[in-house]
Amino acid sequence: MPMVTMTVNGQPRSAEAEGRTLLSQFLREALGLTGTHVGCDTSQCGCCIVEVDGRAVKSCAMLAQEAEGARITTIEGQAAEDGTMSKVQAAFVQEQGLQCGFCTPGMVMSVTELLRHTPKPSIDEIKHHLEGNICRCTGYRNIIKAVLVASDQPLGALASDH
Amino acid sequence: MHNFEFIRATSVAEAAEILRDDPEAGLLSGGQTLLPTMKQRLAAPSKLVSLTAIEALKGLSQEGDSLTIGGATTHAEVAERAVGIFPGLASLAGRIGDPAVRNRGTIGGSLANNDPAACYPAAALACGAMMVTDRREIPADDYFLGVFETALQDGEILTAVRFPIPEAACYQKFIQPASRFSMVAVFVARFADRVGVAVTGASEDGVFRWAEGEAALGAAFTPDAVQGLSLPETGMITDSFGTGAFRAHLIPVLTARAVTSLTAG
Ligand SMILES: Cc1cc2nc3c(=O)[nH]c(=O)nc-3n(C[C@H](O)[C@H](O)[C@H](O)COP(=O)(O)OP(=O)(O)OC[C@H]3O[C@@H](n4cnc5c(N)ncnc54)[C@H](O)[C@@H]3O)c2cc1C
Ligand code: FES
Ligand code: FES
Repeated sequence: MPMVTMTVNGQPRSAEAEGRTLLSQFLREALGLTGTHVGCDTSQCGCCIVEVDGRAVKSCAMLAQEAEGARITTIEGQAAEDGTMSKVQAAFVQEQGLQCGFCTPGMVMSVTELLRHTPKPSIDEIKHHLEGNICRCTGYRNIIKAVLVASDQPLGALASDH
Repeated sequence: MHNFEFIRATSVAEAAEILRDDPEAGLLSGGQTLLPTMKQRLAAPSKLVSLTAIEALKGLSQEGDSLTIGGATTHAEVAERAVGIFPGLASLAGRIGDPAVRNRGTIGGSLANNDPAACYPAAALACGAMMVTDRREIPADDYFLGVFETALQDGEILTAVRFPIPEAACYQKFIQPASRFSMVAVFVARFADRVGVAVTGASEDGVFRWAEGEAALGAAFTPDAVQGLSLPETGMITDSFGTGAFRAHLIPVLTARAVTSLTAG
């Protein structure tokens, strides 16, 4: 089996991968990074989103061998070394932007990419950017609130609980 | 998914040679369609030749009034970089699927696949784009041959697409919310001497040009020119999301909306 080498959360990592090994499988099974969730395995839910060379992608729809030499960032790479959560993660906690938490790694990765190029997204921009992230629990309202908080914006009409 | 050998090609010639030597080998671009298809075991190539490391297949270049886009250029790149050159196409690219799909999926993969509800085929057909392959150039009118059917031969690689840049263009996509593809979508492209109107998502034969709409808009570029027109529901797709009659009805409606948005203000 060919060896695949990539930089994952700043560390060089190598492991064997078949042609058909998905990046999601490689991260979870070969590298033990199980924070990347596999919800659908059919490119629909966004739970498996990681960053590849600075772009959010569905790791269930990319081959491990395609990531040879790439820079990968996963949910495990979001918090600081001392465990301090990233601003996006902390906002999800504060606004209760999660219930079961299954979609959360993908949500955090998508939002992190969004805020990098759009630091103050409107609610419509948030919705448009999160079209590929499905959440079965929250109804999305608290997720949108979390994005507003993470981008230092007022909650406006979403401030009330009703 | 059945196993296969993965090969990252560094030139079009290398990719073409692998395909020539092994008829079971396949091309991989963004993988957003092919990998799900392989998971369902609807395709099982012996080798997959990745095109995305071939620099010559990537990027946008403008020459006068034409825009050439490399086959392995992602939807996200088109959305970001065509804004100042061909805003109607940038807007189309920015509404394909979702951001993660756009970060991987490519224009060449979309046009080679020719899904009956895909977005780019409508733009290519309405504009009369030229499909450039490693063997020849194919005008859009001769390229789209039906659902998932194109004029590409076995082992032929779509290297680029050359669009004549319209004076104005608008893509009206009526979204099918479960798949995020179009239920029906219309691309209207206005040139100095003609108007192109192409429809995706509606017909059982795949993307098509709406000749009557083109003629009407060529005579008068107003929403009224198409609002009264109708298309027969025969041959239109009927599925759990909408009937053929509904899809037929949407075509003049979306065309008129495109014209309204191009003529407003
Ligand atoms: C959730 C989701 C939503 C989507 N929504 C939309 C949408 O709204 N609109 C839309 O248009 N599409 C949509 N798509 C499809 C997406 O745009 C795909 O990226 C595209 O159809 C295929 O491009 P690819 O680069 O991923 O091709 P691949 O999946 O790599 O390849 C597709 C096919 O084309 C062949 N091929 C690839 N490149 C070439 C080439 N250069 N020359 C010859 N053959 C080639 C491959 O062998 C394969 O058979 C969606 C996909 C997903 C997963
Ligand atoms: S697991 Fe990849 S999109 Fe659902
Ligand atoms: S928190 Fe349960 S799926 Fe989103």
